[in-house]
Amino acid sequence: MTNAIVVEGLVKRFGTVVALDGIDFEVPAGTVFGLLGPNGAGKTTAVRVLSTILRPDGGRAEVLGHDVARDPRSVRAVIGLAGQFAAVDPNLTGAENLRLIAKLVHLRRGDVAPRAEELLERFGLARAGGRPVRTYSGGMRRRLDLAAALVHRPPVLFLDEPTTGLDLQGRSELWEMIRTLVADGTTVLLTTQYLEEADRLADRVAVVDGGTVIANDTPEALKTELGSTVIEVGLPDEAAAVRAYDLLARDFAGAAEREGATVRLKSHDGTHALMDVLRAFDADGLDPATLTVREPSLDDVFLRLTGRHAEPAPGPESLEAGVA
Amino acid sequence: MTAIAQDIKIPRPPSETSPARVVQDAIAVAQRNLIAYRRVPQLMVFSTIQPVIFVLMFRYVFGGAIHVPGIPYVDFLMPGIMVQTVVFGSMGTGIGLATDVQSGLLERFRSLPMARSAVLAGRTLADLVRNVFVAFLMVVVGYAVGFRVQTNVPAFLFGIFLVLLFGYVLSWIFATVGLLVGDPETAQAAAFPLMAPLVFASSAFVPVKSMPGWLQAFASHQPVSVTASAVRGLMVQGPVLSNALQSIAWSALILLVFVPLAVSRYRRAV
Repeated sequence: MTNAIVVEGLVKRFGTVVALDGIDFEVPAGTVFGLLGPNGAGKTTAVRVLSTILRPDGGRAEVLGHDVARDPRSVRAVIGLAGQFAAVDPNLTGAENLRLIAKLVHLRRGDVAPRAEELLERFGLARAGGRPVRTYSGGMRRRLDLAAALVHRPPVLFLDEPTTGLDLQGRSELWEMIRTLVADGTTVLLTTQYLEEADRLADRVAVVDGGTVIANDTPEALKTELGSTVIEVGLPDEAAAVRAYDLLARDFAGAAEREGATVRLKSHDGTHALMDVLRAFDADGLDPATLTVREPSLDDVFLRLTGRHAEPAPGPESLEAGVA
Repeated sequence: MTAIAQDIKIPRPPSETSPARVVQDAIAVAQRNLIAYRRVPQLMVFSTIQPVIFVLMFRYVFGGAIHVPGIPYVDFLMPGIMVQTVVFGSMGTGIGLATDVQSGLLERFRSLPMARSAVLAGRTLADLVRNVFVAFLMVVVGYAVGFRVQTNVPAFLFGIFLVLLFGYVLSWIFATVGLLVGDPETAQAAAFPLMAPLVFASSAFVPVKSMPGWLQAFASHQPVSVTASAVRGLMVQGPVLSNALQSIAWSALILLVFVPLAVSRYRRAV
């Protein structure tokens, strides 16, 4: 398989801050590659260098064989970029935004309006297309932003935290649209802070920390290797919890723990473990009071890989815009 | 390093720098910026109502107390107000660009296969178009409050040209400021202290001779003064040639310094 994106020892500094410290990865054509990491890890910087917005200070990067530093013009012709800020003009209508981009990427004059209409239709914005974007919801803006990145049908697409700040519904809508794109053969590089997002979309994930790749694997492997599903059952009282713990200790040696009236089980195969747990409790007449199943998160992955938490999570997005 | 995708069809990179492309792209960007003037009432108010208030204020409130030898104050005032209006208006260029930096729109533009210079060219072009409209409005309002052109049509038109040229040139200063600070509030805050001395310590509203001596030296030769005086000479009465030449020289100097500065900031602004 050929590589659509090749990154070798890429370095980017801002003054004394080293945002990219020799980052390496390859993205095979037609696949989705996830850059996973906390704010400030260097994900956005990597995307900005790859999309020719920033010049690298060292190493090299190629998109479809074009060097981003030596031949940025050719790179721009083959990439689309949708950022975390929904870079559309709030004063223009959805249709005007897309027509503007269509003109700027030099579609034939006669294709400008039809292409805008087609994209509005495809992203569920046909009815809102005549309204100024400032009246759009966050999810609609992101969809328009994604549409704007696709106007010139780029074979390579960069999505920088495409769903940050979206609600659950907006997020799954966007995921669906990204999947459709990939089915059409587009190569996608996406950055995210959510393990779940990388898991849902990416064929391969690089975990980024301090401007370097600290793990590069399939999402399944990352999850199995690094994180695990946590099943937490609250029992009515401590006596019941002790009985429950004994059951778990018998069936899942070493993976069970008890804390007061709560028992906890960590498993790499969460779904089956959950069924086993409930079956065992039911057979023994145990009646759980609460039940929580937690999927491994970026934080779990991080803790395993680095021994520390994936700070700084809920900071302002501008933080990363500034230094990352 | 493995094989690079040779088999993937790569669109031929368009020549981004051909003059036709630059003009085409700049016009597309300018259209976008002009739509904003139509859709955002505040922008339109700032560009039109504010100068009209200045005209009324100086004509009817302060004007009575300002004595200019030789000509009615309204004739002295209007050329000055026209220059002041485009100076204040040029701040909009900076605020607009800072807004685009903040919203990420500039980042998108820079990732597109479009002419690099088109964003700044388009923005300043849009502000020039706005100034044409505002200058027209100023002439209409001026006539309504008693201003009369005392010279001839070519001289008047050349005066308007100087006003527009000066406004265009200043747009590049504030484009640089806007790109440097990167957020609209700061751009506005940074612009005012830059502009206030230029506009008020000038011959735009009062004769320079009424100022203390130490201030006269600055006030006589700074760009707003020489432009206002040249425009006054062209529309009403007074010396033209020296002032017009100084105004054009200032404009050339500012362009020489600030176009490269703004462009280099644009290349780096994120």
